[in-house]
Amino acid sequence: MIRVTLPFHLRNLAHVGNEVELRVDEPVCVRSTLDALEAQYPVLKGTIREHVSHKRRAFLRFFAAGEDISTESPDLPLPESIVAGREPFMVVGAIAGG
Amino acid sequence: MSRVRVLVGTKKGAFVCTADGQRKNWQIEGPHFGGWEMYHIKGSPVDPDRIFASQSNGWFGQIIQRSDDGGKTWSPPGSSPEELVSPQGWPQGESNKFVYDGEAGTHLWYDGTPHPWEFKRVWHLEPSLTDANVVYAGVEDAAMFRSDDAGKTWQELSGLRQHTTGKDWQPGAGGMCLHTILIDPTSPDRIWVAISAAGCFRTDDGGKTWKPTNKGLVSSFMPSPEAEVGHCVHRIALHPSKPNTLFMQKHWDVMRSDDAGDSWREVSGNLPSDFGFPIDVHAHEPETVYVVPIKSDGEHYPPEGKLRVYRSRTGGNEWEALTNGLPQENCYCNVLRDAMAVDQMDDCGVYFGTTGGQVYVSPDGGDHWSAIGEHFPSVLSVEVQTLP
Repeated sequence: MIRVTLPFHLRNLAHVGNEVELRVDEPVCVRSTLDALEAQYPVLKGTIREHVSHKRRAFLRFFAAGEDISTESPDLPLPESIVAGREPFMVVGAIAGG
Repeated sequence: MSRVRVLVGTKKGAFVCTADGQRKNWQIEGPHFGGWEMYHIKGSPVDPDRIFASQSNGWFGQIIQRSDDGGKTWSPPGSSPEELVSPQGWPQGESNKFVYDGEAGTHLWYDGTPHPWEFKRVWHLEPSLTDANVVYAGVEDAAMFRSDDAGKTWQELSGLRQHTTGKDWQPGAGGMCLHTILIDPTSPDRIWVAISAAGCFRTDDGGKTWKPTNKGLVSSFMPSPEAEVGHCVHRIALHPSKPNTLFMQKHWDVMRSDDAGDSWREVSGNLPSDFGFPIDVHAHEPETVYVVPIKSDGEHYPPEGKLRVYRSRTGGNEWEALTNGLPQENCYCNVLRDAMAVDQMDDCGVYFGTTGGQVYVSPDGGDHWSAIGEHFPSVLSVEVQTLP
């Protein structure tokens, strides 16, 4: 199972806790992980990536194994530690004050 | 009618405020959707317990919420148990899908260059006057959408955006937003919308075709001040008994039309400033109009630091300041375009909210004011429902 952590507001929107577990079809990459996330929690469609273009929303970042992979290809395989479920794939909202 | 429900949208959540007909003692529930910008919340006139809300922020985009119990509980439309499609029972996600019809094309950017049409958020929700399942949405970048299934799915009324002038529309300082929707109560297919900074438009066929209705508007910031489009209309309002008469608060100037928007004339009269955002009409007096003058487009606060609502009982030109109960020194908040409303009680109540977080009510048409709350987040919108 792939573990995914979500920002506070998306957890509230999907009525989930800090982390969700997903069954993701191979190859496990950002695209297939987000596809599985949206399939399980359709209310998140459009909140992480745009509805039609599937472009990542500007103020969100993706982290895997301690690396910011936001600008990498969404089809790049995720690290083995994510695939094995030892650590989560992280969807992170940009920090902003005010 | 014996009680009122005030729906307050703020930059950090939504609040539902209720009171009996005296409108003195208020119960405040919220924040709903804490931390989210709630641009607009409005109830259906057909089924007052059905309320639509626009929830958005810069991180996660647009969410539509709906309550069917008068604001006690909320969910994205399509997520109630009987509406679920997914076998797991998860909420559905289509209700936040606003996609322009066909090739989106371009409008003009601030610098006059072509810029792709991009959906950003819903500014205004206008429920149908006759069908509780029908609701219209005014969005940024300016377009109008309609839902026939109580907010579950949305279809653009693309005749507006694809009007021949659409490619020439430009955003105002707050973005290129369709912020006002007025439905003619005597002819539901006749609808007016206002767009910053394109102007006012009317459809007579339910949204298939539109015509600009800006004749008489003069905007000195434009290369051609009397152009067909490009005016920064801040708000328009009408009284249900006189739908051919419209009132407008423009970027500068308070205007009036008596021919359904085909032509306008200025009625700013003796106002201390004719810049402002909201405008509304008394529930029972079609010629009684309210505005909140703001010092200028560069200084978005009341003249002299005095928060004054101005009332005209003559349909404009002659205005009186309403100050009883409002701060008359050191007040430097603003009142945004969707943040004023009137109720339907025999003694018409007037409501408005400020960017400083105050929501005021006058239960006697503006003569006396008191605060429903003074420490809300910055107020984006105020609507009121008059209930049995």
